[in-house]
Amino acid sequence: MLKTLRQICRTGIITEPRPPSNDTLRVTDALQSRILEVLGRALCIRAVDAGSCNGCELEIHALSNPLYNIEGLGIRFVASPRHADLLLVTGPVSRNMEVALRRTYDATPEPKLVVAIGDCGCTGGIFGESYASRGRVSNVIPVDVAVPGCPPSPRQILSGILTAISKPISEISLLRRSV
Amino acid sequence: MALQQWFDRAAQQSELKGGRVIAGAPKVLGLSVTRQEWRQSAEDVAAGNGRLLALWASRDGNGDNIVRAAFIADPGVLLLSLPLTAEEADYPGIEHWFPAANRMQRAVADLSGVPTTDPDVRPWLRHAAWPESFHPLVDPHTPPSSAIPVVDHYAFVTVEGDGVHEIPVGPVHAGVIEPGHFRFSVVGEKVLKLEEHLGYVHKGIERRFAELPLLSGHRLAARVSGDSAVAYSWAYCQAIEGMVAARLPARASWLRALALELERLANHLGDLGAIGNDAGLAFGLAQFARLKEDLLRATEQALGQRYLMDLIVPGGTRADVSSANALSLVESVESIAAEVGILRTIYDEHAGLRDRFVGTGAVQPALAARLGLTGLAGRASGQAFDLRCDLPCDPYGDLAPKMIVRTEGDVAARVAVRFDEAAESTRLMQRILRQLPNGLHHVELPIPTEGAFSIGMIEGWRGPVFLALEAGGSGMIRRCHPHDPSWQNWPVIEHAIIDNIVPDFPLINKSFNLSYSGHDL
Repeated sequence: MLKTLRQICRTGIITEPRPPSNDTLRVTDALQSRILEVLGRALCIRAVDAGSCNGCELEIHALSNPLYNIEGLGIRFVASPRHADLLLVTGPVSRNMEVALRRTYDATPEPKLVVAIGDCGCTGGIFGESYASRGRVSNVIPVDVAVPGCPPSPRQILSGILTAISKPISEISLLRRSV
Repeated sequence: MALQQWFDRAAQQSELKGGRVIAGAPKVLGLSVTRQEWRQSAEDVAAGNGRLLALWASRDGNGDNIVRAAFIADPGVLLLSLPLTAEEADYPGIEHWFPAANRMQRAVADLSGVPTTDPDVRPWLRHAAWPESFHPLVDPHTPPSSAIPVVDHYAFVTVEGDGVHEIPVGPVHAGVIEPGHFRFSVVGEKVLKLEEHLGYVHKGIERRFAELPLLSGHRLAARVSGDSAVAYSWAYCQAIEGMVAARLPARASWLRALALELERLANHLGDLGAIGNDAGLAFGLAQFARLKEDLLRATEQALGQRYLMDLIVPGGTRADVSSANALSLVESVESIAAEVGILRTIYDEHAGLRDRFVGTGAVQPALAARLGLTGLAGRASGQAFDLRCDLPCDPYGDLAPKMIVRTEGDVAARVAVRFDEAAESTRLMQRILRQLPNGLHHVELPIPTEGAFSIGMIEGWRGPVFLALEAGGSGMIRRCHPHDPSWQNWPVIEHAIIDNIVPDFPLINKSFNLSYSGHDL
């Protein structure tokens, strides 16, 4: 136990300071009030791998490490789409995952946001569309923000999540019909 | 006929039905066999303690099917080809000797339309998205898909009895992980049986390969399983380089080994944190996650990418490491290794962790050998096999990595193997970065000629990644079959969980950390 405590003290708090520019600070601070304004509580994310190579998942994982400390921004990953405000979807959407993805989307309460992650989520990437792949995420469910990269860095993913949240409230449809 | 005789015969035979064998790695021999010999050779390889590396199907120039299997045994790698005539509807199954062949054979039936004589004929990678009559690797035209996707009903084996109930889990899992379905049959919280159903992330990788030029297939190979990008892209390039008998400059292969060890260390760090977390120690996750982030940033500084998806290209590597970057990378790796040493002591002395780790999800060496458990998980169950040591490609002969083997076969052993391999990878990287040979890191390669056939084999962090490549005309890929060690190891988890409790499943599963994408293709 002593060793554990010593290691915790030795490591200290390593969460990276918010970027130095005031503008960025203001956006980040505004973000939290924005989350509260739009959703009335902290942002809950349900990650769905709809067919990715697992590269994007590795970078999504990194968001939770102490350096990015996404929970410190009031954002957390949840285990059920019923608890989620935002779906973070990696692609390409395999045909074998199509039903599961649609059901996950339908199970997420309105208002909901969808952020597609990675080149494959944005365009189908190197896998494209085929007998087994439906390609980009927006071919299957409506997407609000798409973050390119193979894989995108944790900062790019975070930026995509923040962009989705920063959309004008009027654009977040309360009664969106699924495709 | 004993095992050695098959190798002797293969050494005399220069032609393999469906292409010339030009091996990228040493000690690879090809042999065309008859139906009877196919089964007999499998029996002999099993009796000689050989392992099944991969099983797949291909087609020759006349459109006739060829079933191929790659075995690895003491003398080296034996590549068997069984040509089938148009009249032969099936081929002899080898599941009896190699249980892991079950799912590979079912995948061959799904994708290439060649069934076996073995009894389990349930589809494996084909769910409900395309009709049974369509075989994506041989039928040129894709059938139109229905606008409304059809729900798949897989025939799970059911367990009956007083108080037995089923828990279906997935395909969408609770964490940030890949999709797959697990069907538990339990009494109370004790697991009587687990049956896996995979294939959810099948995205048509093998068919996609056949649409790509030979000299750009490495990009797709790197994305077969994103956590093993280096292993797959190296295996692919090894196959290409075998086809054109290229000799790489020493610097290129040393840089590739650096990338492979960086990938191994990054994955081991991530797993050690996640396994600790699954046993309730959030401290472990936070610590290892920060060390992994440090390593990824150091990797990006030295090689330009956090994950090395595009580093390895046919003929060498895309990027080089400057001496200043080499120095700072070795410092980062050493400082991470020192921290891992401290955390290892904490993990080893933590009563709560030991309680959860020791004896949990145990796979005894005899069972591991029977089921063909391979790679990291195999080495935790006494299966002393590591391509870097047994069939080293350049530069592993020079680097002489130490093989890490334990025999307990439980979660604790798989954790210990990761700690030891992380330390060994650190040692290898220190040597590579301090003694990196001078010279070119890349040479141009000619385009392989039509009909060339070659393989690549790389010991990724999870286990041996195998890849078979056949060259088509106009510089295109005719057939590429990538094979992940997860094919061998997924069925073993079904055994590892028996008599454990349901809440230990995430811990056991994470201690294997198998690939879905690499398996589902």
